[in-house]
Amino acid sequence: MNPVSELIKNLADQNGRNRHSLLPILQGVVEQEKYLSEYSMIEIARELDLPASEVFGTATFYSFLEYKKMGKYIIRVCKTITCSMKGKNQILLAIEDMLKIDVGETTPDGVFSLLQTNCLGFCHKAPAMLVNNEVYTDMTPEKVRDILSSYLKKQKEGGSHDN
Amino acid sequence: MEMINLTIDHKPVVVRKGATVLEAASGIGIDIPTLCYMKLEDMNIENKPGGCRVCVVEVKGRRNLAPACCTEASEGMEISTHSIRVVNARRTVVELILSDHPADCLICAKSGNCDLQDMANHLGIRKIHYQGEHSMYREDTSPAIIREINKCIMCRRCETMCNDVQTIGVLSAVNRGFQAVVSPAFEMNLDHSVCTYCGQCVAVCPTGALTEVDETGAVIRALSDPTKTVIVQTAPAVRAALGEEFGMTAGTLVTGKMVAALRRLGFDYVFDTDFAADLTILEEGTELLNRLSAFMAGDQQVKLPILTSCCPAWVKFFEHHFPELKDIPSTARSPQQMFGSIAKTYFADKIKVKRENLVVVSIMPCLAKKYESSRPEFSVNGNPDVDYALTTRELAHLINLGNIDFKSLQNEDFDAPMGESTGAGVIFGTTGGVIEAAVRTAYEIFTGKQLPRLDFEELRGMEGLRKATIDFNGTPINIGIAHGLGNARKLLEEIQAGTSEFHAIEIMSCPGGCIGGGGQPYHHGDSEILKKRQRAIYSEDQNKSIRKSHENPYITKLYEEFLGAPLSEKSHHLLHTKYFDRS
Repeated sequence: MNPVSELIKNLADQNGRNRHSLLPILQGVVEQEKYLSEYSMIEIARELDLPASEVFGTATFYSFLEYKKMGKYIIRVCKTITCSMKGKNQILLAIEDMLKIDVGETTPDGVFSLLQTNCLGFCHKAPAMLVNNEVYTDMTPEKVRDILSSYLKKQKEGGSHDN
Repeated sequence: MEMINLTIDHKPVVVRKGATVLEAASGIGIDIPTLCYMKLEDMNIENKPGGCRVCVVEVKGRRNLAPACCTEASEGMEISTHSIRVVNARRTVVELILSDHPADCLICAKSGNCDLQDMANHLGIRKIHYQGEHSMYREDTSPAIIREINKCIMCRRCETMCNDVQTIGVLSAVNRGFQAVVSPAFEMNLDHSVCTYCGQCVAVCPTGALTEVDETGAVIRALSDPTKTVIVQTAPAVRAALGEEFGMTAGTLVTGKMVAALRRLGFDYVFDTDFAADLTILEEGTELLNRLSAFMAGDQQVKLPILTSCCPAWVKFFEHHFPELKDIPSTARSPQQMFGSIAKTYFADKIKVKRENLVVVSIMPCLAKKYESSRPEFSVNGNPDVDYALTTRELAHLINLGNIDFKSLQNEDFDAPMGESTGAGVIFGTTGGVIEAAVRTAYEIFTGKQLPRLDFEELRGMEGLRKATIDFNGTPINIGIAHGLGNARKLLEEIQAGTSEFHAIEIMSCPGGCIGGGGQPYHHGDSEILKKRQRAIYSEDQNKSIRKSHENPYITKLYEEFLGAPLSEKSHHLLHTKYFDRS
């Protein structure tokens, strides 16, 4: 059995197969896979006996449910007012310069994806960003380079097993 | 039942608990304008996402205006439906909707039938004070339905029809905010989805976002080509609705005027799909009797119940969703396709016209018929049996183009031989009609006796799911009827589970049957119109001198001269088909 199908089956066993189980299952798949592929959305639809259009509709509605292929580490830089005023653009430029990708893109090696997000609730420590579920605050261009370097280092040491 | 007292525009109202403000108001004749709201009485079809906010009303004591369609009436409420504040809000809402709507009214297919246009007119909107970005989305063309999402106002009526009524689930709102659109999964095109082309989304769309593929141009070209012989067939449901397009009251039968109009338009022969419906009954009825007799003789291999196969949306539905049951429906082609195939063989030979020079046009209440006629198995060397399938609305458009004063036309008769039909062929147009027609013929063949009565009231009606037992001279035959694919799904699930008690089941995709088809004049949510059309169909049946398919003299002649007998090898080749697993 395909590992994603197995994951979906397990998630459905845990969360149930009702219509309202859809969201936790979508989240579960994103947690593991970083994004929802067409294949996994169709599998979820089949498992819950829902129309694929509804699964797709739900996935495209929520901003933290990605449906395009994502890298292992998803960087989300806060784009709302406070972070913008406190230098979010410099942070973005530093990341783009270091990883050679634009917002919405993934590095060719599939390690990093760069996105922007709405308010993370860390206005008092702006600018803020997320790397997967980890929050980083009071960002400066130097700090962001250090953080990304540590992820790169971790990636080289740990190979592909590390999350 | 608990009752609620409230006042609307200073008039006291008493309603049952649970009723909405909109229902309470309409009960005392106060018309609150609505846009996204839709309700088809008696059919359990309701759409009230409360999204458009056109129906807002002022409730005394509440800070905000409340949407009447989804606000429950409560004790002592005081409501104003047309205060200055309400009217201003309503106008603002419509202006905002219009600010992201292409101002294409002059060339829009829905113009004159558009609920948004009517609303803007009703509110007297002459200027849009809000100028902003316009949403842009690609146009999606399929064999039957065109999606022009730029004209979508997100009323979600199509979703209600597709997901709740038909249970197909092709359409869903995807994306968020300004990017939100109603689309099939993964934003693919309709022709890659499991869409059955039933056209119910088109029938309820308030704007021009969903329309049919217009083939009137191609038909005009064929009519003006001197090398072509152009013949036309008209489905039974068309004659019960076409008059509405010319301002006649719903339920007016316009059979004779329709024939006259088609002749004026230049069709060389005006024929009737009802003729092919009679033929269908002989093929399908014989198949039913064969299966029944085998079943009663103890044959375990025989598959029962037998399902009707006249409805192309229904055929596509089971090919997608129940492919394991594809041996159960009758293999008989639909009347449209039977007509096409007989026309391009038997009739073409008779009038000595080559197949390539004979153009078969059909007038259908249906969008799926456009798709059906394009199915590759219904063509010979790339030449389709039915060249163009027009809807009732497209025919009305042709008649207008031809500058024909429809209402003053004198009645004319169909041409022979393929214009002669019985009452049984006519009732194909409404839910319950196909099976009633089949019963009339099957009974007489099975029992060898004359039917004591012709009207089977127990098979008629508007209930979504109906069942009846007809006594075949001592043998009880259980009959199921479903209209709306959601109801059909229930019967199919019973068959899958092996609990079905039926011998024969009739299924039509559209609520009401073909009279409520996706190609009919827009009913704008008024289910009374469907009932009137149904009554018209039954009255046409009453008025026919022959009301049993097997007594149609031209059908007898067709078998004698050409086909041999029902289910003969020739019939199999020309009148039957096979189904595909599309899951």
